[in-house]
Amino acid sequence: MMNIRLYVLQRATAMIMAPLVLAHLFIIFYAASRGLSAADILGRTRGSIGWGAFYALFVLAAAAHGSIGLRVIAAEWAGLRGRRLDIVMWSFGALLAMLGLRAVAAVVLP
Amino acid sequence: MTMHATTHRRNALWIAAMAHRLSGLALACFLPLHFLVLGLAIDGEARLEGFLKWTANPAVKLAETGLVFLLAIHMLGGLRLLVIENLPWRPVQKELATAALVAAGLAAVAFLACAV
Amino acid sequence: MTGTIEVSLWRGGKEGRYQVFSVPQRVNQTVLDVVTWVQRHADPTLSYRFACRVGMCGSCAMTVNGRPRWTCRTHTSKVIEDGKLRIGPLANLPVIKDLACDMRQFFEKWQAAKGVFSPSKTRADAIEKIEPASAPRVAADAAIECINCAVCFAACDTVRWNEEYLGPAALNRAWTLVNDVKDAANRERLAAVAANGGCTACHSHQSCQEHCPNKLNPTASIAGLKRRTMQAYLKGEL
Repeated sequence: MMNIRLYVLQRATAMIMAPLVLAHLFIIFYAASRGLSAADILGRTRGSIGWGAFYALFVLAAAAHGSIGLRVIAAEWAGLRGRRLDIVMWSFGALLAMLGLRAVAAVVLP
Repeated sequence: MTMHATTHRRNALWIAAMAHRLSGLALACFLPLHFLVLGLAIDGEARLEGFLKWTANPAVKLAETGLVFLLAIHMLGGLRLLVIENLPWRPVQKELATAALVAAGLAAVAFLACAV
Repeated sequence: MTGTIEVSLWRGGKEGRYQVFSVPQRVNQTVLDVVTWVQRHADPTLSYRFACRVGMCGSCAMTVNGRPRWTCRTHTSKVIEDGKLRIGPLANLPVIKDLACDMRQFFEKWQAAKGVFSPSKTRADAIEKIEPASAPRVAADAAIECINCAVCFAACDTVRWNEEYLGPAALNRAWTLVNDVKDAANRERLAAVAANGGCTACHSHQSCQEHCPNKLNPTASIAGLKRRTMQAYLKGEL
């Protein structure tokens, strides 16, 4: 259920996300202190290549990381094995990547 | 009759591993919703703004505080694992786990302070 | 110290029940002494396993008041709760009868982790010098005193949840051999511990190091294997 390829991918995405999460938390604190508003968020992100790249990387890393994590939990706690495990991992990863990239497009594209 | 008790689960490090798994699971459940909300902006700023107005509700603020805590504890717990797995062993395992818990709690309090 | 201990012993196989015996309490009495007393004085059909009685052979481990322990080196005075002892077979292994479990899968996994020395020299070669202070020797030393008691195996939830997982003892053994410069099979060994059920399945619950009667740290050994297999994978050697 877990092999060295999935292990390296999960740890690598974790290392990528550690600074991203930290930045995300500070943005959350900042936004919360100003009162959450769509104009604020979109004013920062719309048309920004930098924020677009930041969030796209974040989404893809989270999709890979979360789907591998879910795979292990599905195996250990729900008893799934083999092909069913692959289906759970890939469909959850695809769902996260699709919804996530759609959200990035929604806040970045002008 | 059950044959075995499970006293090994009364261990701080076992609980830390479980906190990591459960916070990850909760974040995995939350992320699709998070993305759907941000996706509202596809239909224009007004749709997103309409939803964000709803989040000013104190109950939602409290839920968001919980999410900040989950995110912080999952990240810090994950860093703890990366230290265990990739650096020479250090005997301060319980201290690291406690520090992660305290720091995540502080992050949640900081969010609440910013948001209120 | 006199009086009696209320001892509950598991009777039966997978299905069974705890049977209560009243056992005289003695000074310096071990849990194994208690089990032996029951077999000699109360019920000769009681099945259990032991050999050396001094903490070297690793055959007498049982679950004592919910915790896996080596019974020959566990004094009753340290573990009695409210005058009671509840003794069962080890968890995570099939029960044969009463307190004896089937250790086959534990040792099969030891083999699957390539926990067997594979010589790189013949008797015609000179003996290789190993510096006691060299890093591999120090790493192997820290992990080498395993007595195969399966206490860590019984305490590990990853073993419980994942039948493929090789477990702390087998991986700890593999780590000692990875650090043995005389061993010739490390490529195969790293491939074996990098596969499904190998070191990457470990969640660092650290119950193994918490429970090891010899105070070994299999979690640290497994972390070493994770680093070594990751390096081999990134170099394209796996």
